[in-house]
Amino acid sequence: MSQQPRTLYEKVWHDHVVSRRDDGTSLIWIDRHLIHEVTTPQAFEGLRIAGRRLRRPDLTLAVPDHNVPTRDRRLPNPDPESTTQLAMLESNCAEFGVELIDIHAAEQGIVHVIGPEQGFTLPGLTIVCGDSHTATHGAFGALAFGIGTSEIEHVFATQTLLLRQAKTMEVRVTGTLGFSVTAKDVALAIIGRLGTAGGTGYVVEYTGEVIRDLSIEGRMTVCNMAIEGGARSGMVAPDEKTFAYLRGRPRAPTGARWDAAVAYWRTLPSDAGAAYDATLTIDGSEIAPQVTWGTSPEDVVPITGRVPAPDSFADAGKRDAALRSLAYMDLAPGTRLQDVAVENVFIGSCTNSRIEDLRAAAAVAKGRHIASNIRQALVVPGSGLVKRQAEAEGLDRIFTEAGFDWREPGCSMCLSMNPDRVPAGERCASTSNRNFVGRQGPGARTHLLSPAMAAAAAVTGRLTDVRELMG
Amino acid sequence: MQAFDTLTGIAVPFGAANVDTDAIIPARFLKTVTRTGLGRGAFAALRENPDNLFDSPRNAGAPILIAGDNFGCGSSREHAPWALADLGFRTVIAPSFADIFAGNAFKNGLLLVVLPQAQIDRLMAIAGEHEITVDLENQVVTTPFQDRFAFEIDPFRKACLLGGLDEIGLTTQMEGEIAAYEARLQRERPWAA
Repeated sequence: MSQQPRTLYEKVWHDHVVSRRDDGTSLIWIDRHLIHEVTTPQAFEGLRIAGRRLRRPDLTLAVPDHNVPTRDRRLPNPDPESTTQLAMLESNCAEFGVELIDIHAAEQGIVHVIGPEQGFTLPGLTIVCGDSHTATHGAFGALAFGIGTSEIEHVFATQTLLLRQAKTMEVRVTGTLGFSVTAKDVALAIIGRLGTAGGTGYVVEYTGEVIRDLSIEGRMTVCNMAIEGGARSGMVAPDEKTFAYLRGRPRAPTGARWDAAVAYWRTLPSDAGAAYDATLTIDGSEIAPQVTWGTSPEDVVPITGRVPAPDSFADAGKRDAALRSLAYMDLAPGTRLQDVAVENVFIGSCTNSRIEDLRAAAAVAKGRHIASNIRQALVVPGSGLVKRQAEAEGLDRIFTEAGFDWREPGCSMCLSMNPDRVPAGERCASTSNRNFVGRQGPGARTHLLSPAMAAAAAVTGRLTDVRELMG
Repeated sequence: MQAFDTLTGIAVPFGAANVDTDAIIPARFLKTVTRTGLGRGAFAALRENPDNLFDSPRNAGAPILIAGDNFGCGSSREHAPWALADLGFRTVIAPSFADIFAGNAFKNGLLLVVLPQAQIDRLMAIAGEHEITVDLENQVVTTPFQDRFAFEIDPFRKACLLGGLDEIGLTTQMEGEIAAYEARLQRERPWAA
């Protein structure tokens, strides 16, 4: 009997259905639950009030990241509220039997960096976390998505979620990327085309030669920003690169289990002829290094471009939004992006804080120095292990000799819950994922770009086409 | 959760599109460990202007918020619906909502009503002046001017909202099926289990 061709998402969904309900929802088994300090206190409190326990604490892994200081951690945390939240994660994990990678552990880092690094993330799994960038884990062919605190509590108590199957969208990136064009530029170019709500209701599968050719870390960067196009999940079919990345990771299966797992993972890629509800095709060879000009990730242009005029948008809502964005960003229509000076640079976040990101930034910083108008240039590795690897390669010295600040791992200036922030009215060239109003601090003006582009901005003091520096 | 039936009240004509959850509640207010009290940080950037919609005396106690497309995009923070609830909102009416926010809102008894832009425009015109009624049982929004705007809602979510049902309690009733799945997973994909 031949089965109808299925997509990667449909296969993973099907294999996790515990029960189908008459109202069209399904109870879905959750294989892995990552937790951090910010979105869990109220979920643990809910369990306590209802007298419930965690159904499967062994499928749950905790790490503090959002709030942690990135300076010397032996010093007292200057923020009492952060201290409380971090202490609560520790006490809740102890009370409910959840393994915690604590703030002083070498493995501590951003939850979406440590999941793959530890082999907690595997292909074909359902993975959730109270953070919208959980889609990052989709780079391995997992179905991974962000959840709210009530859903965290639901997973704690039942190891399941009640969900409705999503629509499927294929985003196919064809061709070959040009010189100094990276996964981040691909992610931003996709969002520019799709718009910030274009993926709402869909699970996106990224396909095409460009995605195949990306490293696993590059695929993570692309999947990480699925939510910025409205999609709760982004996925890439697992392949030999995926298996090679995972083999030997601390929590990855070993021996006969590894072989059985790989055999199963090989069945996951979408079947030939599988149908998607929507398809978007982008010619990867036409993507230039990207940079955002506004206050939504969809407000993106090539670095060779100019700030658009609000009148250039056909839609009245978009015109209004552009007017507000330009006022907030203090930019005039027609300004060349390359003429925009920045005072702050942030290299980090779950989008771009892995070793390849740091190598790409260091290649630009090497032998150069940050410009005199740069007031802070932070490099925040995604985990303690990334930091250690970077130091073994001498990247930390390249950064510090160039005038960058080399920090401890965490979310840092991506959302500025900790002391790292961009002062009001100043600009930041940032490798993070959101340029929302106030995201990097009240009044902060964010320009999203790749690690190489961020390093280029640091050494010239303005948004810069990295191809001119490196050509 | 608090049950939702019919609600009549003043609506705040907010209307902006792509309002992200960082705008609804900035990250610096997420250090709380409770669900309550987030109203003080709600729409903090907007409310720096003393002449804002949310602090306007004529909108005091308004339980309805009228928003634009893609309301609640961005972060998964459930602090966003908590903040809206703390400001007194019980329902948000918009042309579309972001996925994660929609799930979070529902789980906190915050009813999200999707209406086409033309009907939103009509409600925006009368909001702040006249009361609007949102009737969940009959899935209709009405005004004192005989407007009658029907809306769709997921039947499961409707039932939960009307009954104030505890979703975790409902799921634990399916324990037999969960345990059966878990046993099958252990046999078929032991590396995952």
